[in-house]
Amino acid sequence: MLLRSPLGQARGLGSAKEGVQHWWMQRITAVALLPLSLWFVFSVATHQLVPHDAIVAWLHNPLVAAVLVFYFAVLFYHSALGVQVVVEDYVGGQFKKLATLMLFKLAHGLVAVIAIIAVLKVAFGGM
Amino acid sequence: MAQLTLPRNSRIDKAAGKVHKAEAGAKNIRKFKIYRYDPDAGANPHVDTFEVDLDKCGPMVLDALIKIKSETDATVTFRRSCREGICGSCAMNIDGGNHLACLTHIKDIKGDVNIYPLPHMPVVKDLVPDLTHFYAQYASIEPWLKTTTPAPTRERLQTPEDRAKLDGLYECILCACCSTACPSYWWNGDRYLGPAILMAAYRWLVDSRDEATGERLDMLEDPFKLYRCHTILNCSRTCPKGLNPARAIAETKKMLVERRN
Repeated sequence: MLLRSPLGQARGLGSAKEGVQHWWMQRITAVALLPLSLWFVFSVATHQLVPHDAIVAWLHNPLVAAVLVFYFAVLFYHSALGVQVVVEDYVGGQFKKLATLMLFKLAHGLVAVIAIIAVLKVAFGGM
Repeated sequence: MAQLTLPRNSRIDKAAGKVHKAEAGAKNIRKFKIYRYDPDAGANPHVDTFEVDLDKCGPMVLDALIKIKSETDATVTFRRSCREGICGSCAMNIDGGNHLACLTHIKDIKGDVNIYPLPHMPVVKDLVPDLTHFYAQYASIEPWLKTTTPAPTRERLQTPEDRAKLDGLYECILCACCSTACPSYWWNGDRYLGPAILMAAYRWLVDSRDEATGERLDMLEDPFKLYRCHTILNCSRTCPKGLNPARAIAETKKMLVERRN
């Protein structure tokens, strides 16, 4: 039996006084991803049947490499923000929730770094 | 915290439902299938079927419920008061959506009329949900005018334009149809304030006479209290008063961005 008053329960631990940053960054990255994703999909589609050398040459263009690194950074940041919301929505239990959040955030960071290093390796590597 | 499945003792016992036949000679019969739960019985809930002669019944679902309670089974339990959509007592899940029984025409429902309590709330008995937490959340947003300036000796003036900003907000009757239609409120209702309460909070945020706007925004800025709203829009679709809580929540989010950018 819970003897805390209903108002005490409703107020809980009070407001975290944050959340705008998360919400706003999700909007900003979403706006950025619109043109970036179109560009990425279009580029991959046109290069798909091109030999390996041509793709390497494409990535040697500093502008392409820069945009691609930016794209991956924005993409994984946006995804991390989105997955965080899903976890907060559906994973119950404070320990399970925090552990899942930690796991997903670290995994997003790791995959983003791997993707960016892969681009840089090709961009700075030999033909 | 999300609880995605019903507790074992909340599942409907399909075998336990009783059928109450209409009186002989009735021609215009509709079946009302009503969720029954008696906390004192120690049994799982079940669904009873009541055949109602519509020729001897008012046009609204609430009329049928009252007829059933007075003529067939006096233990059928539900809240009702004004019977004209202003008190919000008879909010329940009718034909799969949250409605006020007093504003829902029987003729608008095809086939059997399924009536359940508001979803995902603790059930007190039959169609009566426990709204204690909902009301406490309403109290938590301090839904009254807050000022620091000493009270004037006459009315607090407001321009017609500023008064118009309250239209579509002040009409809320707190029936809880919207909040209990919101999946985010189902999963995280312990912390998420839900559409009804957030719209009430916005009603005070845009009141030109209120001097605590910043304080109110501080209180709302929280990943759970406010940002569990994912613009699902069940709230605006179900509102029996035709209000738009989702818009009020979106406007609140915009205010929070505005004050920091």
